[in-house]
Amino acid sequence: MTRSFPPGDPRAALRPDLHVVARFLVPRTRVLDVGCGDGALLHYLSEEHGVDARGIEISQHGVNRCVANGLSVIQGDADTDLADYPDNAFDFVILSQTLQATRRPRRVLEHMLRIGRHAVVSFPNFGHWRVRGQLFFRGRMPITDALSYQWHDTPNIHAFTIRDFVALVDMCEGRIERSMALDARGYPIQVKVPWWFWNLFGAQAVFLLTKDGHVTDNRARRSRTGAGAQASAPDSLDSKTD
Amino acid sequence: MNMMPSRTANREVEAPSSLVVEFGRDRPLVTDAGVELSPFCIAYQTYGRLNAERSNAILVCHALTGDQHVANANPLTGKPGWWTSLVGPGKPVDTDRFFVICSNVLGGCMGTTGPASRDPATGRPYALDMPMVTIRDMVNAQAMLMDHLGIATLFCVVGGSMGGMQVLQWAASYPARVFSAMPVATAARHSSQNIAFHEVGRQAVMADPDWCKGRYLDEGRHPGKGLAVARMAAHITYLSEQALQRKFGRKLQERAAPTFSFDADFQIENYLRHQGLSFVDRFDANSYLYVTRACDYFDLAADHGGQLALAFKGSKTRFCVVSFSSDWLYPTSASRAIVHALNAGGAPVSFVDIETDRGHDAFLIDDPEFNATARGFLEGCARMRGLPQE
Repeated sequence: MTRSFPPGDPRAALRPDLHVVARFLVPRTRVLDVGCGDGALLHYLSEEHGVDARGIEISQHGVNRCVANGLSVIQGDADTDLADYPDNAFDFVILSQTLQATRRPRRVLEHMLRIGRHAVVSFPNFGHWRVRGQLFFRGRMPITDALSYQWHDTPNIHAFTIRDFVALVDMCEGRIERSMALDARGYPIQVKVPWWFWNLFGAQAVFLLTKDGHVTDNRARRSRTGAGAQASAPDSLDSKTD
Repeated sequence: MNMMPSRTANREVEAPSSLVVEFGRDRPLVTDAGVELSPFCIAYQTYGRLNAERSNAILVCHALTGDQHVANANPLTGKPGWWTSLVGPGKPVDTDRFFVICSNVLGGCMGTTGPASRDPATGRPYALDMPMVTIRDMVNAQAMLMDHLGIATLFCVVGGSMGGMQVLQWAASYPARVFSAMPVATAARHSSQNIAFHEVGRQAVMADPDWCKGRYLDEGRHPGKGLAVARMAAHITYLSEQALQRKFGRKLQERAAPTFSFDADFQIENYLRHQGLSFVDRFDANSYLYVTRACDYFDLAADHGGQLALAFKGSKTRFCVVSFSSDWLYPTSASRAIVHALNAGGAPVSFVDIETDRGHDAFLIDDPEFNATARGFLEGCARMRGLPQE
């Protein structure tokens, strides 16, 4: 993966973890980015991949930045506004670094799986060893690069681990098609290791999900078979057998 | 409130200080009420220049008591145009770049045919013989004006309040003729509360003995008192409670203590009386009845089997919906309903709720966030339309 781009390239402004999100998408599809911020990912996707890019963003400033860039973005909130979208309105619904800040993560994920044929979710891993270490040795709520707030003023009101997320996907009757662990800077961890390793050493993770029973390609079919998925998809986290 | 019967307000009805197009008997407008209106006139203003491709035209739709003088001094009041914060050279609706058109609505009193206009059948003002007008009739008339000007597709249709209803109607009736649309501080239908306030206004006009069952122009009289009361009541709905409290509170009008009378002791009373009085100098009472009624009848979903989404199904028009947080006349929830319908219909839509305590009138006030939204939206659409960049 290239880490530097020439000036003016829309990829230059993109956070590394968003590159990973972008890799999970298919060109020329309909994409909804929930919590799209200033629209950097949407802009990149529409310019580079011909994606019909839409967004939801809570801040007026962010929405204005997006609208000024010609993006179709609605001022709204993941917790309240996803309910208003019809079923299967999008090919991909993206939620990056936001699930831990929603009031009802399960409802949000269920809506994402309902609105989109696929959902892409990225989140900070509360199971990372630094987090565990701080809690274990200091007995204080952890503060890390990915989770950088004091416990009393954090917007991350629902901290969870990669393993917790896998369980939530199961509860929402979703299925994991692809997954990837990232380091603290947002770059993919390229080492092939067993599942528990990611839950301990991944600072963030990105998952590509689909509704259960909605098989879309060979990769997805393979990932249903548990152990076999790890063999065929080296960057996969998706075996539920620990 | 002492009203003189002599009317400056009607000066613009017969001889508007605008461009006027007359549609003759060969081109009648069939109204929603099933009446053929013919002949009829549309008075309009234009700003800027239409490009060779005829692709840079923006139609601005005015609100209830607005007019076509969006960006020039008003010929009746001498005041600046009503949306100079948005429209003008270098403004978001940049008249150096775009060809901007604003026409007086059907039923208005600034030169477009309305109840104060002369009925060719009788030679007298129409009064209540004017057919009832709907938002769709207003838009159909505007579409005839666009045909007249040789504009097949509008780059954008922009409007607030009743102007926003026209924007929505344009997008629903003529989707292929609207490249982008910006409905501001508006709703896809008039709520019960909206209708209620309008009914208070109409009853105030009709209760004035000088209204003469609508024939006041023939009688040389003018229902100014009733119309002023209607405006006073309506004006309250344009402001937020917070803004009223901040501006007037319980402050007394040029006196140290209450007079224990029904004089305008409070500043807010004086302010409303002034609003009422200045309004009747520029607006026709019957016109007020007609345009308020047009709003009341507006329900875009009802025209599409009760489903607003069907009004915009398959629309390629790019929308930017704007609401204002303290607007209780056309609240944010009404704009959200429009956004949901557009989303359900798959139309590209942006939505911003501007944080303000100024109430419904906020859309007419120079607001940096609103201006930035409008400028950005038009800029993005101009890029997609292939118009030269700024």
